[in-house]
Amino acid sequence: MPEPFARTTSRVISIARANIDTDQICPARFLKITDKDGLADALFFDWRFTPDGKRREPVSFIDEPHNAGRQILLVGDNFGAGSSREHAPWALRAWGVRAIVSTGFADIFKGNALKNALLPIIVSAERYAALQALVAAHPDGEWTVDLETEKVTQPDGQTFDFEIDPFARTMILAGTDEIGYVQTRLPAIEAWEATHPTRVETREGVAAK
Amino acid sequence: MASEPGAPAILAIDLHLVHEVTSPQAFTGLRERGLKVRKPGQTVATADHSIPTLDPSLPIVDELARKQLAQIEANCREFGIPFHGKGSPTRGIVHVIGPELGLTQPGMTIVCGDSHTATHGAFGALAFGIGTSEIEMVLATQTLLQRKPRTFKVEVTGRLQPGVGAKDVILALIARIGIGGGTGHVFEYTGDAVRALSMEARMTLCNMSIEGGARAGLVAPDETTFEYLKGRPFAPKGAAWNEAVAGWQKLPTDEGATYDRSIVIDGDALEPMVTYGTNPGMGVPIGGRIPSPADVEPAAREDLERALTYMGLQPGGSIAGQKLDVVFIGSCTNGRIEDMRSAASVLRGRRVAPGLRVLVVPGSQQVKAQAESEGLHEVFRAAGAEWRESGCSMCIAMNGDQLEPGEYGISTSNRNFQGRQGKGGRTFLASPLTAAASAVTGVVTDPRTLPGVAQPVAVSRSAAVEAN
Repeated sequence: MPEPFARTTSRVISIARANIDTDQICPARFLKITDKDGLADALFFDWRFTPDGKRREPVSFIDEPHNAGRQILLVGDNFGAGSSREHAPWALRAWGVRAIVSTGFADIFKGNALKNALLPIIVSAERYAALQALVAAHPDGEWTVDLETEKVTQPDGQTFDFEIDPFARTMILAGTDEIGYVQTRLPAIEAWEATHPTRVETREGVAAK
Repeated sequence: MASEPGAPAILAIDLHLVHEVTSPQAFTGLRERGLKVRKPGQTVATADHSIPTLDPSLPIVDELARKQLAQIEANCREFGIPFHGKGSPTRGIVHVIGPELGLTQPGMTIVCGDSHTATHGAFGALAFGIGTSEIEMVLATQTLLQRKPRTFKVEVTGRLQPGVGAKDVILALIARIGIGGGTGHVFEYTGDAVRALSMEARMTLCNMSIEGGARAGLVAPDETTFEYLKGRPFAPKGAAWNEAVAGWQKLPTDEGATYDRSIVIDGDALEPMVTYGTNPGMGVPIGGRIPSPADVEPAAREDLERALTYMGLQPGGSIAGQKLDVVFIGSCTNGRIEDMRSAASVLRGRRVAPGLRVLVVPGSQQVKAQAESEGLHEVFRAAGAEWRESGCSMCIAMNGDQLEPGEYGISTSNRNFQGRQGKGGRTFLASPLTAAASAVTGVVTDPRTLPGVAQPVAVSRSAAVEAN
């Protein structure tokens, strides 16, 4: 079960590029695991290592010592495009990321992130540009992301509001997940199902091995 | 069904498709909670992503893949889920077997831990990809919590020219709207050019909805849909069939329905499309040129520069004529029997270019069997291509089929992201016809330039009127 999460204070890592797909966040060859172990090492792997396995020179931002432990990313539009792999938010969380600020997220990634208490924070294009400038001016400034008040406090003391789906917000603040919620509503689901017959029976028709 | 104030609606799921890569952690979650699979009869599993496409009697050398494949089998046995696994004649890519078994039907809600689940939208089903937490949710409850998406009408007018197919339509759409263009929306594909498509072509179209940012894309069911489904193993039979069709006929969107967004694509004007960059929105007509960073808006400039550097391509150059090392024909986008026939129509009596590696990977064991009954495997082999067992193969490069660093591949799959088809590999996305034509020449080739292949027929004005 996840831990409740309300806020974090951290420095920011800026990745000023758009359309970062989940194949970049966690390449497919790391999807052969049957648990969630080792994914921190898979994060942005091909940006960090050459195809023959050598660490790139200069090292990727992820491997710069001063970025270790930073929990907030500032990234370009449409972050998390592509594959539905939840390994992408798992890898980000395993590395330590708790919040990602962007002008937009791919739908499946956003849903997966929320289920892992990784906050997708959407800002306008104007604010995004201003935040990039601020990070460039104060690369080691501390930011606070507060889910309870839905506010980000910038290193210059200014704040801005953000919105997280209210249902997901409740779940993350409480450290619960949706399965428990739906289970308490099973009687209503069963009543609905009683008047809506199932459409297929996968165990008939052809013999599956 | 129910929706409480502030909470998302509870959506009942009619069919849950499961594969080996995104499900293991969900089954672990069920065990930890002490839960069963609530509706194993509405769940079906197969092995497609990490399974080798080589001789199935050979041992699987990749230990992680072997373990993952053993795990899906064990999980299905433990939880009572029917499994179309290794050795089964009905195994295949999850989005190929659902339709071919008749499991996919109009009006259903269908989910799978795979973003290409939109494929099933071709039947007028609401079908979309989910993450592993949601897989666990569906296994445990047969429902999902969902908020209503917005709608996006994609109208393709006119008639596609010879040599132009569904793959070209979807690549053209994504080139127009960008890979985030459909975010938050469901596409509905309409128009004469869509109506004229076969079911398999409609699946190709819907399959890549996610590459345009939309989780789902659908085509309203019609006679083409019913004709395809009739007699399939899981389709309704007898009186139930007639009753089902009567219900499905009521599904299409009402005349005059409004959409949140819409776009019109001139189907008559479309040409075969090829991508040049590192996302599926970076595509041009095959006669076109690779764009130059100076020609695009500033926001897209860096993306384009980075893509061209990775691809090793010159801005302003022709996309046709780019040299290739590998050709991949297959995937849930273009691995069905019509795709095999399309590729074979080009390769029949021809040879692949010297030094080129050409992989033809059927989308399912049933597609493989059908192709072999038509002698297509002999056509591919005689041409110098490899004919493999079914699976996702080089589309996602998890099973040993992959591009080597720096290699150029033309691929009928759906993603050209950096490293998608192998570390450092460089992908051009295209249709089976274009990929097969390129296999013959060894460079990116317009299939219409090969003698006897999809020759443009001069459509006279009177013929066009007659067709209407």
